[in-house]
Amino acid sequence: MKKVIEASDAVAEAVKLCRVEVCPMYPITPSTHIPERISEFVANGEMNAQIIDVESEHSAASAFIGVVASGSRAFTATSSQGLALMYEILPIISGMRLPGVMAVANRALSAPINIWNDHSDAVSARDQGWIQLYAESSQESLDSIIQGYKISENKNVFMPLMVCFDGFSLTHVFEPVDIPEQKKVDSFLPKFKPLHWLDVKKPMSFGPIGFPDSFMHFKRQQQEAMENSINVIKKANSAFKKSFGRSYGSGLLDLYRMQDAEYAVVAMGTACGTARVAIDVLRKKGKKVGLARVRSLRPFPEKELQSAIKGIRAVAVIDRHISLGQEGPLFTDVRNAIYCNDIPINSYIAGLGGRDITVKHFEKVFTDLEKGKQKGEWLF
Amino acid sequence: MALLEIRLHGRGGQGAVTSSQVLAIAAFKDGKYSQAFPNFGVERTGAPVESYVRIDEKPVTLRQHVYDPDCIIVLDSSLIDAVDVTKGLQKNGMVIVNTDKSANDLKKLKGFKVYTINITKIALDVIGKPFVNIAALGAFCALSRQVSLKALDRAIDELFASRGKAAIAELNKKAAKAVYEAAK
Repeated sequence: MKKVIEASDAVAEAVKLCRVEVCPMYPITPSTHIPERISEFVANGEMNAQIIDVESEHSAASAFIGVVASGSRAFTATSSQGLALMYEILPIISGMRLPGVMAVANRALSAPINIWNDHSDAVSARDQGWIQLYAESSQESLDSIIQGYKISENKNVFMPLMVCFDGFSLTHVFEPVDIPEQKKVDSFLPKFKPLHWLDVKKPMSFGPIGFPDSFMHFKRQQQEAMENSINVIKKANSAFKKSFGRSYGSGLLDLYRMQDAEYAVVAMGTACGTARVAIDVLRKKGKKVGLARVRSLRPFPEKELQSAIKGIRAVAVIDRHISLGQEGPLFTDVRNAIYCNDIPINSYIAGLGGRDITVKHFEKVFTDLEKGKQKGEWLF
Repeated sequence: MALLEIRLHGRGGQGAVTSSQVLAIAAFKDGKYSQAFPNFGVERTGAPVESYVRIDEKPVTLRQHVYDPDCIIVLDSSLIDAVDVTKGLQKNGMVIVNTDKSANDLKKLKGFKVYTINITKIALDVIGKPFVNIAALGAFCALSRQVSLKALDRAIDELFASRGKAAIAELNKKAAKAVYEAAK
């Protein structure tokens, strides 16, 4: 059914469709509408789930562990400092190999306090063993939750997954969304089958001490699981297309007008929608420009990016976050992936704390590339 | 049609955000693509607020703020002296103002296509309360011809009736129709 709803509603609909069993949640702007809507579903009897009203995000993440360790499908949502408060628990969830999905409504980290969108919250958490998918639209936010459980619960992966979508720029934007039928979601996403779970008849410990002789092996297995997830993400994306008629690039990298492009922008999230408009405008003027949207930051689509960039003269990377003292983390990843291509790469910091990213910004960025200006900057 | 951008001016509590959502739903019911979003500020009752709608025949992927709207809807005419309501408005852009004054009296809006309608009076007559946010959309339907009154009715039903507010939906539909007739 197609409806005009906001992305927060779309995410809540997806959580319902995925038959999530327990949701430990603590509201924080701009993710708040998600727990509100899920609570309505449960109160109305539309969704058979238990909500745990926890006292903080730290507790939400902790309860997430208990839920998945006891063999149930879990969901939570947060933003900004809420994700920061979960930080202690994030690597524990992934280290215990507990699958599940968290929606991150991306918001700037304080201070100064700011409720608006950038990627500083989730990108800062990229090293904690969570797969991270960044959505561009409300539809993709919904679809990524459904794909997310499929990916996360794959037995070759068994890693938790964040669906990151831009706070306000999506959470509070009304636009058309196709809400899939329950029957179709049920056949796409079977019931969660844990490999191990807490059982009084078969006692077992999760996450006990890993001594120096074993700890590295655990980490290597996690890295292997992340590498496995590359194919699993691709397969989930193409299976999703078969079932629902929609897909997002390869699942990891989404290319727009890149085939004959000479100059390319790499970015994530809603800014890419605006980039598409700018590219269409420039193409009409004969400029050969394109977009490579990184959908999966972890795992990072290194090989795909290398082949996408073949024949490109220069690349610009747009970061909505900065690793203070260094540079934009997406820029670091992109340069690392394509350094053998030996082409100029410009870094732009943009859209911090809700600063608008506009068509004009992209026009400027492409002009920089065309003129051979080899210097990144902050786009105000 | 090309992309149509609309900016609504209201005061906190008047329902400008709900209004933009209803308009986006209505456009979609007419077979168009749409997008509605508020000015993501920290709203307070009575303070000037803005919300935005984009309508197009193809999917709307543009995510930047609305800078050059084609149409302005002003729910409270006292805002004309408080904020620059025509900022960025296209030449020959349309301004719909809820006021008891005539377009000629609104000197600040000179140079634009200004339509004045006493929406508050119609709302008081029909609803019994000065709820103008949805009623004002009747004027937009009549003057822009981009969204049908029928689609507006269905959108009002979707947003209000589905939330258990069927009575409010009926009153708003009546008020919107009355404003539509007055604006035609």
